[in-house]
Amino acid sequence: MTAISLVGEQRFSFDRQRVIATVFVLLGLVDIFVFGLYSNGDAVFTFTLTGAAVSVPNLVIAAAPVCYGLGALTVALGFVYAGIKLAKLPQRLLAGTVTLAFVVAFLCWSDAGRYPLPFVSLMQSTMLASIPLVLGALSGCLCERSGVINIAIEGQLLLGAFAGAVIASAFGSLWLGLLTGSLAGGLLAILLAVFAIRYMVDQIILGVVLNVFASGLTGYLYDQALVPYQNRLNSPATFTPIKIPVLGDIPIIGPIFFDSTVFLYITYAAVALVHIGLFKTRWGLRVRAVGEHPTAADTVGIRVLWTRYRNVIIGGLVAGIGGASLSIGSVGSFGKDMSSGQGYIALAAMIFGRWTPLGATGAALLFGFSVACANVLGTIGCPIPSDFLLMLPYVATIIAVAGFVGRSRAPKADGQPYVKS
Amino acid sequence: MSQQDDGPGGTKPADPAVAGVTSSPSGASTADAPEAQAPGGAASLLSSSGHNNVPMALLNAVLEGSSAVVTILAIILAIIVGGLLIAFTSPPVLHAWSHVFSAPGAAFSQAWDVAASAYSSMFEGAIINPHTVTAAFHGGSTEAIFNPLSETAVNATPLILAGLAVALAFRAGMFNIGATGQFIGGAMIAGWIGFAVHLPMVIHVVVAVIGGFVGGAIVGWFVGDLKARTGAHEVIVTIMLNYVMEYLILFLLGLAVFRAAGSPNPISPPVMNNAMLPHLAGANLRINAGFLVALAAAVVIAWLLSRTTLGFELRTVGANQNAARAAGMSPERTWVKVMFICGGLAGLAGASVVLGTDFALTPQIYGTFGIDAITVALLGRAKPGGVVLAALLYGSLNAGSVTMQAATQIPVDIATVIQALIVLFVAAPPFVREVFHLRARRAGAEGQLLAKGWSS
Repeated sequence: MTAISLVGEQRFSFDRQRVIATVFVLLGLVDIFVFGLYSNGDAVFTFTLTGAAVSVPNLVIAAAPVCYGLGALTVALGFVYAGIKLAKLPQRLLAGTVTLAFVVAFLCWSDAGRYPLPFVSLMQSTMLASIPLVLGALSGCLCERSGVINIAIEGQLLLGAFAGAVIASAFGSLWLGLLTGSLAGGLLAILLAVFAIRYMVDQIILGVVLNVFASGLTGYLYDQALVPYQNRLNSPATFTPIKIPVLGDIPIIGPIFFDSTVFLYITYAAVALVHIGLFKTRWGLRVRAVGEHPTAADTVGIRVLWTRYRNVIIGGLVAGIGGASLSIGSVGSFGKDMSSGQGYIALAAMIFGRWTPLGATGAALLFGFSVACANVLGTIGCPIPSDFLLMLPYVATIIAVAGFVGRSRAPKADGQPYVKS
Repeated sequence: MSQQDDGPGGTKPADPAVAGVTSSPSGASTADAPEAQAPGGAASLLSSSGHNNVPMALLNAVLEGSSAVVTILAIILAIIVGGLLIAFTSPPVLHAWSHVFSAPGAAFSQAWDVAASAYSSMFEGAIINPHTVTAAFHGGSTEAIFNPLSETAVNATPLILAGLAVALAFRAGMFNIGATGQFIGGAMIAGWIGFAVHLPMVIHVVVAVIGGFVGGAIVGWFVGDLKARTGAHEVIVTIMLNYVMEYLILFLLGLAVFRAAGSPNPISPPVMNNAMLPHLAGANLRINAGFLVALAAAVVIAWLLSRTTLGFELRTVGANQNAARAAGMSPERTWVKVMFICGGLAGLAGASVVLGTDFALTPQIYGTFGIDAITVALLGRAKPGGVVLAALLYGSLNAGSVTMQAATQIPVDIATVIQALIVLFVAAPPFVREVFHLRARRAGAEGQLLAKGWSS
């Protein structure tokens, strides 16, 4: 037996350290030879929204030198990474720095010699695009930490968006819509939980099937009821932004973080709650025990199946809110398949973030940023086709799964039904 | 020893059962299961339980809920649920319900009527429409009689091919969620060869179809190679590649090379006549050679699985990776090969659509084939024959729902709902047994469908 597991250990004899270092160096070279060489003139970033009380001067930087500098730094960091065996935290800091340098160089290049880049609205739309991703990813964390794979995030978002729009429209109450959206996500989660836990259906298959089911059901009801009764059933209002006193008036930071709809504040709360809940409380310890080693958890008296049911359903409720944010947060109506794969991005964000709420949030923000870039950069005349920008999160996920995340494992019992013996 | 838990054939309590029961839904685990087992559990029960009495064995099969019986019951259950959904969401029925206290009978009869007319027009669109038969006797065209069947075949063609792409991966213990991306890869190359390259008659279509295989295979190979080299989970990689490919085709259709001259929409030039898959039954029926390609592919895959070394290897790897490794096989190499073939099959599906029915590349050409393929593969229990049958069923639902929408204004999406429900129920035999009060199977005899986690 030992022989077999030894072979198993060696099968991915792939030098991650060197590969990641190579990626860093390549990114640095792109910074220099693509962004640097092809930047003409100055990049102008504006930080003031029209009508803001305090105006912040525009930032004008010479794009090319900045790109060269950042590129050189990145290449250097790549060699550092290759040469020195670092602990986990410095490794992550390094990766973060390289990513940030790449993003800044990219923004400089894409704006050099063109219209000023409205930094604040870019970040605002980043936050807006991230809300469903973050909430979806949190749903994933809650489920998978307890040992149930949740691919049905997409369906939960979609049902949440549908129920939120219909109820908010029919009863004229946005808060009721928000609540129903959340419950709709929870409802799909109940299906997921029952079939995964009670009937032990393979969870990856189950998730995919539930997504198809949600897409078919909402598409059917949309054509059957929402199209003919558009006014009554599918024209909800949207939440208006709430500006937090004092904090909302801080230049730059205020409009980005503290002047948004209730969904953003719910998201903050959810991230904090899930993180603290999973890692700082007895509750979280039990959940993680169930996700890692259900038999052991059972032995010490933790109710494995109940924990899983509860977590899957809470996850569904959270994702449902994210879904509602799609329809009654900004758009103001439900559209067929309006979640458009964001549930899958949320799944990717969760994996990218190594099954931790904070990591997942970071990844979701990164993905939201690339969506925002695709929207905003088109307006300033950036030469990159928006298709490539939209492709970015997916490519980044593949690279991450192949290179960075491979070491970190999913919760050990993730996806495996528990049978009491 | 704890390493073992990671493998699909690890030390989980239920897993030995999976390997032991031939009628378990997991095709991948039954390394030595004869293909002949697919049509029904009745036959296997006959031999195993020693009952020579055929009716008795059949009865047992029904009462115990063998896999075939569960499949049929799942389909019936899904159709009932779909019917309820139709009945209770259509405006006339809702109107009748508002008078339920003054005329209670009307509400129920109205509900029944709506559901019945929906399903009967679905049948007319998928199998045969009696009106066309009567019309044919009175001088109408005989082709019209076969139009529904032709439509079913046309709808089933890409589903068979993409379904095989998913099924084959299942057999090797992998989830190929990426049929969409591989489909696009195939469609792109097949379409490009179709509209941009000038070749003589027969050769052109053959080259284009091969191009489709290659296009999909490249995408599939990438997934397999990444999994083999780095351990990247194929579910994530394939899902992500789907989106990458969706944006890639959108991008390409924005380029002059791929854009039809002067078209304001992102659509490619039409495929040349030489590259079109020839019609099988006259120009008025859409059924084309793609259907034959799909059936041939199913035969080849069946042969591959049961008669070749690669097939044996991939079934062994699918059944138990560690055992395969111990026996000297290389799961990594098998993954790469399998994903290459799977990608190629999905690519063929793309080719069959672009060369057989759509004749041009559009940003939405991939439709929902990639996801439907998963459900087809599951319903077909990851066996080539089963996939063909499941694809025909789904093709008929798709073809029929179009006619249904035209006749009754009930949205086509109902077909998606029914398909999802079928698979949901098929994947959960205990649920179906509970609903129909069937006898529970022997303890432990219930296999799970390929249950395993992220860690491969």
